[in-house]
Amino acid sequence: MLELKNVSFKVEGQKGILEIIDNVSLTINDGEFVVITGPNGGGKSTLAKLIMGIEKPTSGQILFNGQDITGMSITDRAKLGIGYAFQQPPRFKGITVRRLLSLAHGSELPEDLCCSYLTNVGLCSKEYLNREVDTSLSGGEVKRVEIASIMARELSLAIFDEPEAGIDLWSFTMLVETFKVMKNKRNQSIVLISHQERIMSVADRIIVIANGKIREEGSRDEVFPRLLGEFDGACNFRNERKD
Amino acid sequence: MLENKIDKDLLGAVADLHEVPMGAYNIRKNGEGMARQSTKNIIIEPKKDKPGIDIIVKAGTKNESVHIPVIVTESGVNDVTYNDFYIEDDCDVLIVAGCGIHNSGSEKSEHDGIHIFHIGKNARIKYVEKHYGQGEGTGERVLNPTTEIEMDENSYCEMETVQIKGVDSTLRETNARLKAGAKLLMTEKLMTHGKQVAHSNMVINLDGKDASAQIISRSVAKDESEQVFYPRAVGNAACRAHVQCDSIIMDNARIRSIPEIAANHYDAQIVHEAAIGRINNDQLIKLQTFGMSEEEAEEIIIKGFLK
Repeated sequence: MLELKNVSFKVEGQKGILEIIDNVSLTINDGEFVVITGPNGGGKSTLAKLIMGIEKPTSGQILFNGQDITGMSITDRAKLGIGYAFQQPPRFKGITVRRLLSLAHGSELPEDLCCSYLTNVGLCSKEYLNREVDTSLSGGEVKRVEIASIMARELSLAIFDEPEAGIDLWSFTMLVETFKVMKNKRNQSIVLISHQERIMSVADRIIVIANGKIREEGSRDEVFPRLLGEFDGACNFRNERKD
Repeated sequence: MLENKIDKDLLGAVADLHEVPMGAYNIRKNGEGMARQSTKNIIIEPKKDKPGIDIIVKAGTKNESVHIPVIVTESGVNDVTYNDFYIEDDCDVLIVAGCGIHNSGSEKSEHDGIHIFHIGKNARIKYVEKHYGQGEGTGERVLNPTTEIEMDENSYCEMETVQIKGVDSTLRETNARLKAGAKLLMTEKLMTHGKQVAHSNMVINLDGKDASAQIISRSVAKDESEQVFYPRAVGNAACRAHVQCDSIIMDNARIRSIPEIAANHYDAQIVHEAAIGRINNDQLIKLQTFGMSEEEAEEIIIKGFLK
């Protein structure tokens, strides 16, 4: 179980102190699939980075299975079973897809397992295993390798920052199916930042973050219809068609 | 032979040799020939006028290899050796060279290998050269290789030079001339640390129609070390060349990269790319999210980069 208690993250901007995350408290239960959504610039990615330890909160406390991990390094959090898929993953010259998945796994990964992870993210594995994760891969390909690298790990908590970004429609369908499978994996909690209706529809719970605060949270059935209504209201084109 | 542990370690590091090699070989130690073997198709004979050997690979020799490692285990040795390779037409051979220095004394140990390759028509060679230094002494370990490559029509040469550890000072000079249809692929991998200095100058002349060259240099400079790369590709015919220098800089190291391209023919197509930068922070974070420490992550990134 992950608990955030009154977590804040402030930075000094040109116009004074900016509250990127403002006194957020939340709990992610074991095996729960939580989608965090909300407007761009609202603090979603920062929240994910605070959980992974890439950023450290300016105040508040983060507990993982009862242990205070607020000051813990990224490496130590990873060893506790927390994983994080970047929104914009870095590339590595000279490191092949297979090597990267093996590094994620912690030991040499058998070819058939590599292949199954790659197939889950819509990559034809035979073509990709020995390709380097460098600029020869497109943005969408690197992104899918990134998601596969999370699958290659044994995690208690997997964090995905906008996994759908840069992924084509065909692969997206497959990705949603993959998340459904991951959801059914016992004991693995998933925190997924997304704007996609189809991903939200898989969630147990949806948290809406805006202006660094939790604006709304509840079960998918409670929150999802309200969000759809909000999207409708925000779209002039749809409003005009209604008229 | 190969009873001495230092000899064994050095030969293992520079030529992956753990036993007496198959095929033709010449092992040179502290400025003198230590062991030599020719085969039916590959003749190795010592030069009469100066130190060094002639290696003659007879026309049509295929799938054979030549090992010519050099080791220096004494302090204060200044070894200069001239090796001429005559690769006759239609051959396909592997040449493994390399130099290992173990200097446990206080005097400078130096090996300067001057290699000249004559690669015949339609011949193919792969040349692998590793440089390595070790030893607890304060004496400098210096390697200054000079390589001349003459490539005849439609020949192919793949050259891989690696210097990863322990060499204090290197000045590498490489010159190649390519006739019509010749293809040269040169990969240079270098890591310097401490106060090491490494310079690499290269001139590739593409003289014949459809000659092509690809030069790839990957390097990592750590600590206070210094590296200078100066590769030049000159197109004198309808040819293609690509020069790529890519370096990771760390600590207080210094790197200069000066790729130069020149065209003396209307149909010459020559490209260069050069980049120097530190290890990307996101790369380090990514590997840390796999449970590696920052140091482990750094090592993995460098190892991949120099692979």
